[in-house]
Amino acid sequence: MTGRSSQDDQVDLSADPDPIAHAGSSQASGADESPTSPADPTADPVTAAALAELLLALADDDLVIGFSDSEWTGIAPILEEDVAMSSLAQDEIGHARAIYELLAALVGSDADRLAYDRPPEAYRHARLLDHARGDWAMTIARRYLFDTAKTVRLEALLGSSDRPLAELVAKIRREEVYHLLHVETWLDRLARTPGEARTRLLAALAVLEPDASSVLAPLAVEPILRGSGILSASSASLLNAWHARVGPTFARLDLPPLPKTVPDPAHARCEHGEPFRWLWGEFTSVRRLDPAATW
Amino acid sequence: MSALPGRTEADVQSALAAVMDPELPFLSIVDLGIVGTVEVGPGRVRVELLPTFVGCPALDLIRDTVVERLTELAPDAEIGVEVSFAPPWTSDRISEEGRRQLRLHGFAPPERLHDGGTTAASPWLGSATASATTAILLLRRVPCPHCGSRRTELENVFGSTLCRAIHHCSDCHQPFEQFKPV
Repeated sequence: MTGRSSQDDQVDLSADPDPIAHAGSSQASGADESPTSPADPTADPVTAAALAELLLALADDDLVIGFSDSEWTGIAPILEEDVAMSSLAQDEIGHARAIYELLAALVGSDADRLAYDRPPEAYRHARLLDHARGDWAMTIARRYLFDTAKTVRLEALLGSSDRPLAELVAKIRREEVYHLLHVETWLDRLARTPGEARTRLLAALAVLEPDASSVLAPLAVEPILRGSGILSASSASLLNAWHARVGPTFARLDLPPLPKTVPDPAHARCEHGEPFRWLWGEFTSVRRLDPAATW
Repeated sequence: MSALPGRTEADVQSALAAVMDPELPFLSIVDLGIVGTVEVGPGRVRVELLPTFVGCPALDLIRDTVVERLTELAPDAEIGVEVSFAPPWTSDRISEEGRRQLRLHGFAPPERLHDGGTTAASPWLGSATASATTAILLLRRVPCPHCGSRRTELENVFGSTLCRAIHHCSDCHQPFEQFKPV
């Protein structure tokens, strides 16, 4: 991938479950061989480390929703949805791969190692994505909450001072339009179908409600990301934008309004439960058979 | 290192025009519009590829094929093939010839978005109305590539590959795929 040249001093991730701790030092030591332009915010090691945390959260979100989507391949309720969920999975895992590649260039690694060679506790996806796939209503409810939050976040990252990220986001956003179209159609359909469909949707939303806004929880490094212009908006303003988007839809469909509580940053992206440990076991299983295999 | 003897940017473009998309093997990567900046300098060739979709699984194969063809063309040159998202590929980059080839092979070409890949002021991507706009664009009856009828229905916004949607023609009763506008 273009954008940022990768560093020469490779960090051995197999021995290091916390790759992003090296972001700053790697960037600094590689500065001689690949000079960064004055406008590049990652020239500063502290900013580079903060950007690495953001990229890890963005990529892990897409990887985990992508693998959750892929669980429907072969068993979706109708053939069209089998195709749709498989396509969505491919899109999301593709987004994750591109973001891991930006991160890999920053910390000196490669996308596969970042995606697959960490223990479950080192993943930084939002708690919303930690729930088990559940039934179709659960899948749709979670996808709706995720896709709307992801869209709001992408819109804010379009103006990022980190050019490789801003360029990638502009491309991803064009694809997300289709994800939204798909999930909004299904949310509408389940909410308006009395009986089992609506009952199951309401049950799913009740389970997800405490974690509904976790995708937009602030990262601990948000002040650094804001100060360097990597984030052009605060998480508080993104949350407002998300409620402004989701609220009217929920009202129109007579769904219980989502709580306006601010998600707790200390818990939003850590403390993964058993469903994620199971999913991690699945999506890393082939890699763990032979991590050195060439594909 | 000497300049590429007898090799010009036009030669490089011809070599690229002979590389076909592995998922649509009748369509060259030039007509698909995924070739970005091409630089031919002394002893070196640099080509940027713009992925149709971020997760396109054919991209690695396309990149390897481009490297192979350019190496055949200029064995002594330093060949650089890079993936770029600037500018983002949009379906408007598919050439007229590409659209003709799509129709010839039973695919409906994508509707034109006319936003030039810029996202700031695009009616296609305006934040609040993005999905509504997509819906209108897609649900507009796409002409059937088999019989030309406009009595067609969108069956699935997702198809057999990331870049395809599935439609059905009510006149000739054939399903057909559309290259998605994106």
